[in-house]
Parts: sequence; C-alpha cells; structure tokens
Amino acid sequence: MYRAAQAGDRRHLPKKLWTHQPLVGLETVRPVGDAGEVSTTTAPFAEVASSNAALRAFLHGLPGVDRVGADARAAMLGTRSIKTTAKAQAIDLAISMVDLTTLEGADTPGKVRAMCAKAVHPDPTDPSVPRVAAVCVYPDLVATAVRALDGSGVKVASVATAFPSGRSSLDVKVTDTALAVAAGAAEIDMVIDRGAFLSGDYLKVFEEIVAVKAACGAGGAQGEHSAHLKVILETGELATYDNVRRASWLAMLAGADFIKTSTGKVQPAATLPVTLIMLEAVRDFRLRTGRVVGVKPAGGIRTTKDAIKNLVLVNETVGADWLTPDLFRLGASTLLNDLLMQRQKMATGRYAGPDYFTLD
Amino acid sequence: MSERLAVRKTYKLFIGGAFPRSESGRSYAVTSSKGDFLANAAKGSRKDARDAVAAARKAFPGWSSATPYNRGQILYRVAEMLEGRRAQFAAELVDADGVTAKKAGELVDAAVDRLVWYAGWSDKIGAIRGAANPVAGPYFNLSTVEPTGVVAVIAPPMGPLLGLVSVIAPVIVTGNTCVVVASERAPLPSITLAEVLATSDLPGGVVNILTGSAGEIAPWLAGHMDVNAIDLTGADADLAVRCEELAAENLKRVLRPPLDRIDWLADPGMDRMTAFLETKTVWHPIGV
Repeated sequence: MYRAAQAGDRRHLPKKLWTHQPLVGLETVRPVGDAGEVSTTTAPFAEVASSNAALRAFLHGLPGVDRVGADARAAMLGTRSIKTTAKAQAIDLAISMVDLTTLEGADTPGKVRAMCAKAVHPDPTDPSVPRVAAVCVYPDLVATAVRALDGSGVKVASVATAFPSGRSSLDVKVTDTALAVAAGAAEIDMVIDRGAFLSGDYLKVFEEIVAVKAACGAGGAQGEHSAHLKVILETGELATYDNVRRASWLAMLAGADFIKTSTGKVQPAATLPVTLIMLEAVRDFRLRTGRVVGVKPAGGIRTTKDAIKNLVLVNETVGADWLTPDLFRLGASTLLNDLLMQRQKMATGRYAGPDYFTLD
Repeated sequence: MSERLAVRKTYKLFIGGAFPRSESGRSYAVTSSKGDFLANAAKGSRKDARDAVAAARKAFPGWSSATPYNRGQILYRVAEMLEGRRAQFAAELVDADGVTAKKAGELVDAAVDRLVWYAGWSDKIGAIRGAANPVAGPYFNLSTVEPTGVVAVIAPPMGPLLGLVSVIAPVIVTGNTCVVVASERAPLPSITLAEVLATSDLPGGVVNILTGSAGEIAPWLAGHMDVNAIDLTGADADLAVRCEELAAENLKRVLRPPLDRIDWLADPGMDRMTAFLETKTVWHPIGV
C-alpha cells in the first residue's frame, strides 16, 4: 500500500535520506501550514545542525531549567479555581482537544471502530458535546479508523517509528511512517531515539526526525496528502528538565509540527512541569523563528481537573493563541469519560456515574 | 509545675479508611443533651459525599467478592474492637442522650451483640434467600443473592450508637459498601465507631461516615448516579420525599423511613439485609 503511495522515487527515498549530507539543512525544513514554500523563518538556526558538534553546542547553550522554579510555577498555576461557566467552557475545549488513544497489543478493528464512534459523538445522549480532535492508533489500524471516521472531521493519528521504544533502524522507521501515511493517517506520532539523545548523538536524532518528516510529506501522490508530525520526547526517560528543553528544541529545529511529552508507556508521563517547559520552548521558538509549534501532553491525564490545569498552563505560558485543537492536544483514553461525567454533572446538577458511559 | 492543658480532640470525617477534614473546611459545635459544648465536628459537604461515594465504589469489588465467611469474621472483629472501647462509648452516650451510665452500658452491649448477630448472617443469608427452583425443563435453576452496590445510609438521629450499628451492619454484611450520614445531633459516637472500623480489618472505603447536616448531604447522595440504593431511615418526612424523587432517576433501591419510632433493642429481623440484595438466577443445562 505504501509503495504505491510513494510513487516514483520509492526505492530511493529511505537511502537518499540517509546519505543526503548535510542531510536536509534547516533552510529547507518546511514550516507548518506553508506546504511547498521553502522556509526562511528558521534561518537564524541554519548552521545549527551542520554537525553534531554545532548541534551539541547550540542545545547545551540553551539556558538551564530551574527545577525548583518550574515545579513551583506549575504547582502554583495548578491551584487556579475554574468554576461555573468558565469550567463549562474549559470542559468543552478540553473535549475538543482530546486525542482519543488506544495503543494496546489487544486492539481489534472492532475496538477501534467503537472508539471512533465515541470520538464523533462522545456522549450519544447529548448532541451538544463537541467531537474530539483525533483518534490515535497503531499503523495497522489506521485504515479501519479512516473508514470509520470518514467525513466526520475527526483526524486519524498514528504512532510510528517502532513505537514505543523507537529501537529500530531508520529504514524501518521511515517505512513504518510511510505505511501509516499511505493508509490515510493525517498525523504521525513518532518517538525519538532516546538512547541516541542520552548518549549525546543529537545529530542522529535530528536526522531521524527530518527523515520521518519527509516520509510524512511523501505519503500521497504529489504531496497532496501530507501528515502532521508529532514528535514524542518521552520525557520520563530523559531524566532532567534541561534534557526536556533540549529535546524540545531539537525536535522543533528538525521540523516537528507538534512536540509530545510521552508514549504513555513510561511513568512518569505528562507532568505539569514538563508540559510547562515544553510550552516555554514553543513560545521561545516562535519568538526566534516565527514558526508555531503545537504541544501535546499525553499519559497520566485522567481527570477533568488535570485537563483544566493543563489549559491554565497553556493560557499563562504561551497565551490564548494556543488554546485550540490545532496547537494543543491532550493524549488520553480515560480522560474523556471524566470530562463527560463532569459535563453531565454541570448540565443536570447531579453527580454522574460511570455506568452511564462507555467503557474505554 | 503549671496545670496540665486538656487535649482537645478534633473530629473529622471517615472516607476511604482515612480521616480527612471536610473539603469545605466547615465545622459545627456539638452539644450534650443538656446543651453543654462537647466538641467541634466536621460539617461535611456535597464534595465530601462525592469523595465518599468514589471511595465506596472503589472498595466494592474487593468487599463484595470476599468470601461471606471472611466478611463475617471481620464484622465479628468489629464487635470485638467495639467491646474494647465500651467505656468510651458509654460516656459518649451519657453525654449525647442524657441516659444513665447503666443504661448507656446496656446500649453499648446491645450494639456489640447486634454486630455479632449480623456477622453470623454473612454465610447464611444465601441459604435463606437463594433457592434451587423447580422448573419444567432439563435445567438446574439456581437463584443466588448478590449485593446491590454502593448504598447511601441516612443514620437515625436517635440511637447514635445502637441505631447506627443497626443500619450499617446489615448493609455491609452482604457485601455492599456504604456512605453513612451520621446523626447531626449526636455525631461523636459515629466518629468513635469510625475509629473502631479503621482498626478492625475492615477494608478502607467499605464504610464511609460523614458528619454534618443530613438535609444538606442526603439529596446529593440520592441524586448521585453512582449510588445504587439509599436507606432513608434517619430522614424526616420532607427530606425522605425529596430524596425518593431524586433517587428515581437511576432507579435506586429505596428503603423508606419507618412510620413509627423504631425500637432498636427489638429483634431486627432480616428486612434491612434483604432490602439491599439482588437475586441472580442461573439456568444451567442438565447434562443428559
């Protein structure tokens, strides 16, 4: 399937990406929403990825993160009290930002179809509930999801690149991505090679992201179907907040449309301080380059309260511009039911019970 | 040496096996039958009720799947622990109801006996309420009882210990978990009972005790979609009607308040247990 989609240059694509030196220079990275136009906005960083040494010098030159300060700020913003109409609005916004996710070995087409139905009508008894932003599945189930969501406006995201560990060759990762894109995925969630990142081989991580980004664009004939790329940093394995900031910049420099905290398979996943640091990176990146990158915390966000804390964090860090599903997503599976229960509580004045919502 | 300062006790709620303060931060003064100040008790809010229901729901799978024998043992253990605090309960009853010390002692003994009595029912109720039904076909047809789920209990305002034990024990012995709104007038024995429950092998969340106003908390429990039944024994007539209307939304089982004043010392019968049981009937083919 993906072969057909890759059209004429299919045999050369992966290899070419390997050997293209100095790979894809930053000046050729395409910005979000400007397909076809060669970016000049990342020009300030044109030389950054010319070598591993240059990349390392840049990333290690980023200001360090004040761990205590970041924790305290996230905790302080988490105490905001959002009530009544503001809460109702926040719940609807959060629902519209959910990436409804199922990433289990036991996933079946039937389960994916059921989840897709839920994505379109989260609460079948209440048509005023907004649909979610996307569903997120493994590549082999993308076609099922695409069929189930046809015309609904809910996007299909697929994890790729040897998710969740990312331990495979670039060929496999690119092929994995191309497979998902060819099957119709509108968004690709890739994982970075944490081993390479932690051992300091930043250029390898950078080149992988660039290669996967290219595979995202090469999905359909003549690039008419190009997928958005979300880069999963897996912050739970990055050990320090400094590394989170560096990985965020690395992913954005390499062309990520979104940076995502976690796979959901590693604890801790999306903690508030980590999301805060990534939001700050996104804000700083826009200031320096003008390019707008989205953020997706994923994993461990289970309650409405957690979701609203995240929205507060977004509003206070990068501003209301980011309070849209195009730029902020919540990766979750159990969160949606809690949002719906809270919504029902606000609508009916009685506490809701899980018996009246679908199992995930 | 200066005179020793009295240790003033701070009374709290009992939710999920822990003793939290009310989320609302409120408290109210509890007075004796003569009007003397006894202590401040937490004034539970709707959010405390919500948390308590969540705790009860969490405890339900474990408690309902424990063997009846095990539940009986644990209830017996509660009776043992209650007996060990006989003097404290008796003193609290003297303060709360103005009864004599002798009468208070008898009431505590009756509460202990009531727990032991219900503990014995744990592995017998199935034999009494279940059945092997004769059917006209090649099937074994077996009816067994199962607990209803999370039960909200409005404890009687009179009988702060014996009445309380007599409404909690029949609910939990069959495998339900409960959220109890204690007597607003005399909450101190209920909190001491919570301390007994917390130290007697009863899993956290099986019994949750809220102190405060029944009129404020009960309607939230009655309307809660994750509560399966409500015992309105302690509700006054108006509150009972309101709660029953709210309970209709998710078809809760409702135990209406009694028409007459209950004599808690009388034989309780099985009604309080059977009110919160479901019957499951299984048709099993006879292998021919």
